[in-house]
Amino acid sequence: MEISITVNGEARTADVEPRMLLTHVIREEFELTGTHLGCDTTSCGACTVLMDGEPVKSCTMFGVQADGRQVTTVEGLADAGGLDPIQTAFQEEHGLQCGFCTPGMMLVGAALLERDPAPSEDDIRWAISGNICRCTGYMNIVKAIQAAAKAKAGTPAAATA
Amino acid sequence: MLPSAFEYHRAASLEDALSILNQYGDDAKVLAGGQSLIPLMKLRFASPGHLVDINEVPGLDGIEERDGALAIGALVRHRTLATNEVIAARYPTIAAAAPQIADPLVRNRGTIGGSLTHADPAGDLGSVMLAMGASVVLRSSAGERVVPIGEFLVDTFTTSIQPTEILTEVRVPTPPPRSGGTYLKLERKVGDFATVAVAVALTLQNGSVGRAGIALTGVGLRNIDAADAASSLAGSAPTEDAFAEAGRLAAAASNPVTDVRGSEAYKRHVVEVFTRRALTAAFDTASAG
Repeated sequence: MEISITVNGEARTADVEPRMLLTHVIREEFELTGTHLGCDTTSCGACTVLMDGEPVKSCTMFGVQADGRQVTTVEGLADAGGLDPIQTAFQEEHGLQCGFCTPGMMLVGAALLERDPAPSEDDIRWAISGNICRCTGYMNIVKAIQAAAKAKAGTPAAATA
Repeated sequence: MLPSAFEYHRAASLEDALSILNQYGDDAKVLAGGQSLIPLMKLRFASPGHLVDINEVPGLDGIEERDGALAIGALVRHRTLATNEVIAARYPTIAAAAPQIADPLVRNRGTIGGSLTHADPAGDLGSVMLAMGASVVLRSSAGERVVPIGEFLVDTFTTSIQPTEILTEVRVPTPPPRSGGTYLKLERKVGDFATVAVAVALTLQNGSVGRAGIALTGVGLRNIDAADAASSLAGSAPTEDAFAEAGRLAAAASNPVTDVRGSEAYKRHVVEVFTRRALTAAFDTASAG
């Protein structure tokens, strides 16, 4: 089946079997391998992408369902001006260790800040509750999203020890 | 994991979707949010030959109060249930349950119609609808029928829907003033299925309990309507003792099994405690209303 998806602002087309998951369409047809396939059972969130701005698990959608939609992957966060504030914040706050969950965490964080520019720590923890990290204990992921919120608001991120 | 091959149909209208179902019958499945059906297909527990995607069917995503009930379109996502102002103001059992369903990403996709039709005994909305005395509207090309939720939920993963019908709407009776309700859920972690959960809806009438609804999640082969517990309250004074007795009756109505989430005895105990606590919380809300 012929599908057209706007991926990171660029119109892309593919001819896929309906049973192909959106994760596979993104990784194999569009060769954007920043979207990871983790548990493959709707549990871990490593495959998170934004569909029309909302985080979804791309292992639990068929590619054909994204036909005509806007999809943002981790590759779409940075632009010609450089990294997105969420990416800079993950780097500076050590919001990752192995990096496997990071694309999903950053996309969920970016979507949260779009909706709520000044989330509380509780809001952040709830927002990332569908995404599993096995390295960081989440502390620095939360700090990174807080720092990104501050950076986007135009104030320097609080210094961390 | 890839599901078995299937033919994909994107329905443009309800009539379109129904005509595809008429053509393929039991070999077709309706795809709404897909958060239960797609995992089942990936595990090859379900292998429909045809999927009828209703996500673009217009008119199925509304929430409005009409004729004494809240009409919730089948395609309303859990996230919308959790953020809707009418639900927050007058339907506390739904408002309490919605943010506890699965995780935020699943809530962005999962729908009320899909969740109820999936009929997982660990599903949250089945109990919510039993406690609130809701009905579902089933449409076929022959017309529509309105089925009380207790007759809709038949068994594990089994409802009374026919292969040529689509659930289009859920109707939740609007609670009168001085009503309250809540949903208490015990889960090992966010996103896990309930170890135990209890849905409660309660209305006060002249200082006594009027209508009460109590339903249980994850402790039987389907969402359990704890009707004996609820009817023990009707007409009686809303006292701690009455709520404790309802808790004991709810525990007696539960039928949990020992598994990784806990022993049978533990789950039964949680049903008793949660029922009592949920009734107390619902009473507090109702008294303030």
